[in-house]
Amino acid sequence: MEQQIGTNVVKRGLAQMFKGGVIMDVVTPEHALIAEEAGACAVMALERVPADIRAHGGVARMSDPDIILKIMEAVSIPVMAKCRIGHFVEAQILEAIGVDYIDESEVLTPADEEYHVNKHLFKVPFVCGCRNLGEALRRIGEGAAMIRTKGEAGTGDVVEAVRHARAVLGEIRRLTTMADEELMSYAKEIGAPYDLVKETKYLGSLPVVNFAAGGIATPADAALMMQLGVDGVFVGSGIFKSGDPARRAKAIVEATTHFRDPHILAEVSRNLGESMVGRSAASLPEEELLSVRGW
Amino acid sequence: MKIGVLALQGDFIEHIRMLEGLDVQGAEVRLPDDMEGLDGLIIPGGESTTIGKLAASYHLIDPIRRLAATKPIWGTCAGAIFLAKTIQVRQALLGLMDITVKPNAFGRQVDSFEINLDVPALKILGNGQSYPFHAIFIRAPLIVSVNGDVEVLTTLPDGRIVAARQRNLLVTSFHPELTGDDRFHRYFLGLGR
Repeated sequence: MEQQIGTNVVKRGLAQMFKGGVIMDVVTPEHALIAEEAGACAVMALERVPADIRAHGGVARMSDPDIILKIMEAVSIPVMAKCRIGHFVEAQILEAIGVDYIDESEVLTPADEEYHVNKHLFKVPFVCGCRNLGEALRRIGEGAAMIRTKGEAGTGDVVEAVRHARAVLGEIRRLTTMADEELMSYAKEIGAPYDLVKETKYLGSLPVVNFAAGGIATPADAALMMQLGVDGVFVGSGIFKSGDPARRAKAIVEATTHFRDPHILAEVSRNLGESMVGRSAASLPEEELLSVRGW
Repeated sequence: MKIGVLALQGDFIEHIRMLEGLDVQGAEVRLPDDMEGLDGLIIPGGESTTIGKLAASYHLIDPIRRLAATKPIWGTCAGAIFLAKTIQVRQALLGLMDITVKPNAFGRQVDSFEINLDVPALKILGNGQSYPFHAIFIRAPLIVSVNGDVEVLTTLPDGRIVAARQRNLLVTSFHPELTGDDRFHRYFLGLGR
């Protein structure tokens, strides 16, 4: 066999290397170095963290490639960046500058209200958000090599990430007990490709790595998501909107590794300083919800 | 037989599943106490800086070095970086094996690749058949040079080294745990017998 690049195996494989790790949002090379020093397994290069995107309002777009490139130069760990839902040209630009993963993200303002990016066309892998199993399998059907919960980004409120993780993982548990003749109707009901429904039943998990994201702000939040059964966590505004980012970042990394050890969780949770102020997701008016974006 | 798999970060569950397929107990290792009674250790793929920092913070470096005196240790990808005596960046190291490793030697993720490699040492494990090993390289390191009694197990077609062994220590730049082919896992278990 000749050497092959951009295959599903290598795209999904990089996500397998992220497992048990923390992917942190960063807006400067200095942030990226703090994240790397704390033990992040990758960083998400952004112009603004989601909390600031909320505060800033207006249209949120792909970050300036110059910011992303400076972050890529600063650290040796993988660098991710976000494109708008359906904005395949932003994705082409991110692939051209060599980012390691693209997040087709509801945190940015969607560019297409009907279609997501055809991710099969790219050599760079994609991660996409979801709220339930049907949405996860639709994204995988489009070529996503990694899935995350949407949660409600930029709030510091973990409740939506919990809701979405419980939905996906609970639906998978029910799927594993279904008879094969039930699968087609179930695929129709949740709007998911039949073959992926079947594959998920036999694997007992999604066929790609599944992280938690959206509202994770503390070591306990990270461990909560891990105990619920996700493979790792994204932390967005929770670190660099807190009082002591370096310390909190390291604590969240350690909590994600030792997620079943309450003594270590207690130890790493001590004296972290101010956590991000946050906004309760339930208090957000409907038009400010990010998690409802995507189809 | 009980093989530890360093479970600080990365694809440790994939290794444990491969071991279970061979009827070998795979134990997750996160703390020094988890090292009790191990017959060997696998350091999985993952982010090498993350694994190195967590291993240092939770006092695993010395217990792993002690285990290496008598038992086999295998590093895949990030694990290979961690086992090396010399790497071309600054990070926590076990410094056990006489190899120099360059992390992320092939470029960025879009340069990650799959390829079939000939591995002569696996021939005896292929039921008398010699067939290539399907190797998956993900932001992979390269073994730039080997010293002492290190034996090169396989190279890329251009001659660059991607798997090596020094007595009871084994390194692969690629990820046998992501394939359905258990020959490297069986080869590793053989190092302890």
